[in-house]
Amino acid sequence: MGMKKKYFQRRHIVELFMKTIMRIALVIVAGALGLILWTIISRGLPALSWDMVSQVPKGGYYMGKEGGILNAIIGSAYLASGGTLLAILISLPIALYLKAYLGDSKWGGYVRLSLDVLWGIPSVVYGAFGFALMIILGLRASLLAGIIILALIELPIMTRAMDEVIRRMPAELEHAAFALGSTKFEVALRVVTRQMLPGIVTAVLLAFGRGIGDAASVLFTAGYTDRIPTSLMRPTASLPLAVFFQLGSPYPEVQQRGYAAALILTIIVLAVSLGSRWLSARLNKYTVK
Amino acid sequence: MDAHIQVKNLNVYYGKQQALKNINIEIPKNQITVIMGPSGCGKTTLLKTFNRFLELLDGAQISGEVLVDGQNIYDREVDVTEVRKAVGLLAQRPSPLPMSIYDNVAYGMHIHKMKSERKEYKAAVRHYLEIAGLWEEVHKRLHDPATSLSIGQQQRLCLARGLAVEPEIILGDEPTSALDPISSQNIESRLLQLKQQYTTVIVTHTLRQAKRLADYVIYMYLGEVIEAGPAREVFTNPKHERTKQYLEGLF
Repeated sequence: MGMKKKYFQRRHIVELFMKTIMRIALVIVAGALGLILWTIISRGLPALSWDMVSQVPKGGYYMGKEGGILNAIIGSAYLASGGTLLAILISLPIALYLKAYLGDSKWGGYVRLSLDVLWGIPSVVYGAFGFALMIILGLRASLLAGIIILALIELPIMTRAMDEVIRRMPAELEHAAFALGSTKFEVALRVVTRQMLPGIVTAVLLAFGRGIGDAASVLFTAGYTDRIPTSLMRPTASLPLAVFFQLGSPYPEVQQRGYAAALILTIIVLAVSLGSRWLSARLNKYTVK
Repeated sequence: MDAHIQVKNLNVYYGKQQALKNINIEIPKNQITVIMGPSGCGKTTLLKTFNRFLELLDGAQISGEVLVDGQNIYDREVDVTEVRKAVGLLAQRPSPLPMSIYDNVAYGMHIHKMKSERKEYKAAVRHYLEIAGLWEEVHKRLHDPATSLSIGQQQRLCLARGLAVEPEIILGDEPTSALDPISSQNIESRLLQLKQQYTTVIVTHTLRQAKRLADYVIYMYLGEVIEAGPAREVFTNPKHERTKQYLEGLF
């Protein structure tokens, strides 16, 4: 018949080889994720207690005595939500301007290129930049400065993600709505928004995830304190720095609490990303693909 | 002839290129008018001047008049949304709105505030889905996404959606070109049923479809109207050599 498998033909060997490489890559990725989770869970879970998430550090906390990291949890929530909110206010107009006026023109290309460059800049550089700016303006490390610098970090991610969503908006959809006698506002509100909302939600939460996990930029700009911030001008703690400082401690109990803080941060990021998937799947039900 | 649409001295330019050259035609009320001609002759451009759709394209310039019931729709005081409400469009490819089947039909009625109660909207949605011949297929899944329908069903949904805003005129821009033969036949038979109540203008590039549908025919070539008249006359006894050649399939 000549239809039997010829295992030693070159193309079959190449096929097998490639498949094996891909499987190894998959195992490495999944293994890394598993190891990370196992490390923070096995070391952090024993130290995780109600006190950890409900109390601020008390005297001697950093030597292993009582208290928790509520200051860092609340601080991170403030920093990341504030930064994300500010970033939305700037990214959405940029993304809409890119679509409506620049399009695929030369200038549109330049704007997208600069956003991509900004995306690639390490956060410690943002931190240093923010620090220099604060010195010039005479500001001290504060919640406000942290929010501003996180907004700057989130801005390129959010804008580029929104830009992709808006660019994928099919023109026929708007035309269909216009053909029924819609005004431009009705088209924007009832059709364009519905079509793009799931993508925009994803863009926002992607940026939020980066913002809440960033340590280097807030180290310079928001400082660290054991108190929960009561105003925008006060310094604030954050979870990534809580992890960093406690892991650097010589006391084993404190180190364990560092892992617990990492676990809390991971849980928050995981919850946000699962929540965003759920939300965008719900919103996506009616969109035109 | 009882003309529903009158076109007077219409010229359209895309940049420097002239797409329509001094068009003067009349379109009869409550009949099917078919605009035909080789591709690039300006059929679709002419059609899109009837609902002021050319304004959505950058760089299209229009001069002359298009009168619907004696009113020039390009007049300064005319509201473009009212024009498009009165002149519905069935596009080349169906494009359902990003919402449920029910909401697609209700959308136009909502924005024009045509009904006051939920019950009335429900009844109207059913009515127009029935007219479009879609009710039987979708009445159990009205809240499914419109994109879950087949292409042929989507085009009938678009017909129902367009009829729901109570237009007087239906424009069809090659409305069956993306559909399979059975769906095409379905759309054609709907249009034939509806022609007593609506003035219908269809652009097509298939001669056979033109013959099946047309009461009145406009033949265009290179941006000009070469011949216009009742279908029987144009098909059996064309006055112009160009029309004759086209009908004989010479190009």
